[in-house]
Amino acid sequence: MPEAAAARRKLVEVRDLRMHFPIYAGLLRRRVGAVKAVDGVSFDIHEGETLGLVGESGCGKSTCGRALLRLYEPTSGSIRIDGREIATAGFDTLRTLRPIMQMVFQDPQASLNPRMTVGSIIGEPLDEHTRLSRREKQERIHELMDAVGLNRAFANRYPHEFSGGQRQSIGIARALALNPRFIVCDEPIAALDVSIQAQVVNLLEDLQARFGLTYLFISHDLSMVRHIADRVAVMDLGRIAELAPRDALYEAPLHPYSQALLSAVPEPDPNAETRRRRIILTGDVPSPANPPRGCNFSTRCPRVMPVCREVEPAFREVAPGHFTACHLHDPAISQTAGTAAAPEAKSTADTHVQQGA
Amino acid sequence: MTDVPFQPDRATERPRSQWAEVWAQFKTHRGALIGLAVFVALVLFVSVGPLVWTRSPTYINPNAAEMILSRNKPPSWQAPLGTDQLGRDMLARMMAGGQVSIAVGLVAMVISMVLGTLVGVLAGYFRRLDGPLMRLTDLFLALPLLPLLLVMVMLFRDPLARSLGPEGGTFLLIVTAIGVTSWMQAARIVRGEVLALKEREFVLAARSIGTPARRIILRHILPNIVSPIMVSATLGIASAIITESALSFLGLGFPPDFPTWGRLLFDGVEYIQQYPARVIWPGLAISLIVLSVNYIGDGLRDALDPRIRGR
Repeated sequence: MPEAAAARRKLVEVRDLRMHFPIYAGLLRRRVGAVKAVDGVSFDIHEGETLGLVGESGCGKSTCGRALLRLYEPTSGSIRIDGREIATAGFDTLRTLRPIMQMVFQDPQASLNPRMTVGSIIGEPLDEHTRLSRREKQERIHELMDAVGLNRAFANRYPHEFSGGQRQSIGIARALALNPRFIVCDEPIAALDVSIQAQVVNLLEDLQARFGLTYLFISHDLSMVRHIADRVAVMDLGRIAELAPRDALYEAPLHPYSQALLSAVPEPDPNAETRRRRIILTGDVPSPANPPRGCNFSTRCPRVMPVCREVEPAFREVAPGHFTACHLHDPAISQTAGTAAAPEAKSTADTHVQQGA
Repeated sequence: MTDVPFQPDRATERPRSQWAEVWAQFKTHRGALIGLAVFVALVLFVSVGPLVWTRSPTYINPNAAEMILSRNKPPSWQAPLGTDQLGRDMLARMMAGGQVSIAVGLVAMVISMVLGTLVGVLAGYFRRLDGPLMRLTDLFLALPLLPLLLVMVMLFRDPLARSLGPEGGTFLLIVTAIGVTSWMQAARIVRGEVLALKEREFVLAARSIGTPARRIILRHILPNIVSPIMVSATLGIASAIITESALSFLGLGFPPDFPTWGRLLFDGVEYIQQYPARVIWPGLAISLIVLSVNYIGDGLRDALDPRIRGR
């Protein structure tokens, strides 16, 4: 998989993306700080692949996805989709770029206007960006409904008449209307019950195979990400902690945060489940308005070193295609710290706590 | 993917007109139908009525002795609702007064809803306009209404009367005065709704498609704030009719001999002990128009909401 991915063209390039929300306080509503929801994120997405973006709630996953499509104005950084700059494009330029990038939202109930029929919801992108005749538009809407497995007969119905999974299909059909190349799926299955989740994920996979789509799949469901993603990025408090091909990450996570996160996934096998060792994090999640000086994870990391509280770790490639931002895997620091952390990356966390202490 | 049985008739069916569905739902709301009937009846009464009952509402018998004899008559075939303290025919006055009152109520309501919705949507949707527009709203709310109306009437009545005639000028003035002093509540309600709506994901979805702000407002925001606007509007008609009568009572509205329902009500109050019918008829008419409009608004609000439609 990594060879194939490397050979593919980069469709999305994100460099040092920052999205800070200002905090105003006091009588004069002066700006007193900022919530650093996304704080210096860089990654690429290759054409035709699915990049999973995981992390605990509040770590900035959705903000990152929305900033990618300029639903928020990014504070700084560069977003290039298909070689064209998104982050600083003006409204008209952006409007011409909109058709290649679309979004599927988390809550299918909230993402469909309750006063529009399914046909007009799916047809809205066509109204905005194409000049089809009424008949051609109707034809295209029916095609899209076929593509996502909705009965054509339902075009005149309203969203409240559908089940959650069907509503999400309507949202997906809307995202597909303009033949996009890149779709941000912002927790598309989080609001659905388990039996429907599989349907929607399979639908997304089918559509990817048929139309050659590229996905950014944002989720906190680690098992589902393992199923759908080619590569996975783990986010912690506005930064990417680790980015690796799926199997490498799930087999051998390098960053202590990824290790802790993955240890929380239940095993289907009851024997394995009883032997599963969870890494229970202690300490508080730092506020994104006031993150710690060094590594964002240093307040909770079971393997924290003095340097972690001082210096922000760089995001570096430690194995081909496997990136992580952790001092444990920084050759320069792990030598000066006197611990041979890097070769033992796969051993359990406990031994490292003892070594680090 | 679905368990719903296939319905071939819907597959080939062309999109059904939304207004046909709205009417179909409206018909199921009994209160709204009765309200509509009463409203139509009252409108016919004031518009077609004067063509049938041709006596002048302002005719006072120039012969003083006959005038005195024709005062305060009980209902009879000559005057089905009796006569007032100057011997004028009450039925004719009710019809003429209704024309003005209904027109003032509807037009003032439309003005105040348009203003209120405009200000509310702009303030709610565009963060930069929020502060200035809401302070403007607060300013209008803080203005003492009657002195303001008094000044407006003082300044503009004569120029308007000269260019549009005394009745047309007064009508325009009163309608505008009531409209521009009653939009604030609607603006606040609408702003609140818009603030909540614009964070909904379907608005975000429209933005991700690249829909410009004006079309987001027209396509997504306005249809979803119909309910509060409708409620404000139906209440607005009532308060516009009452405000007009208060203005007339203070001598700031229409000329004293020019009947409106509010005017008739105030004239009748003096005689409420001896001739209660003098108050009951205009009061009943005002109540009926307000109530019928309220029910129509209620039915329309339900009919315009696809989630309620069809149950």
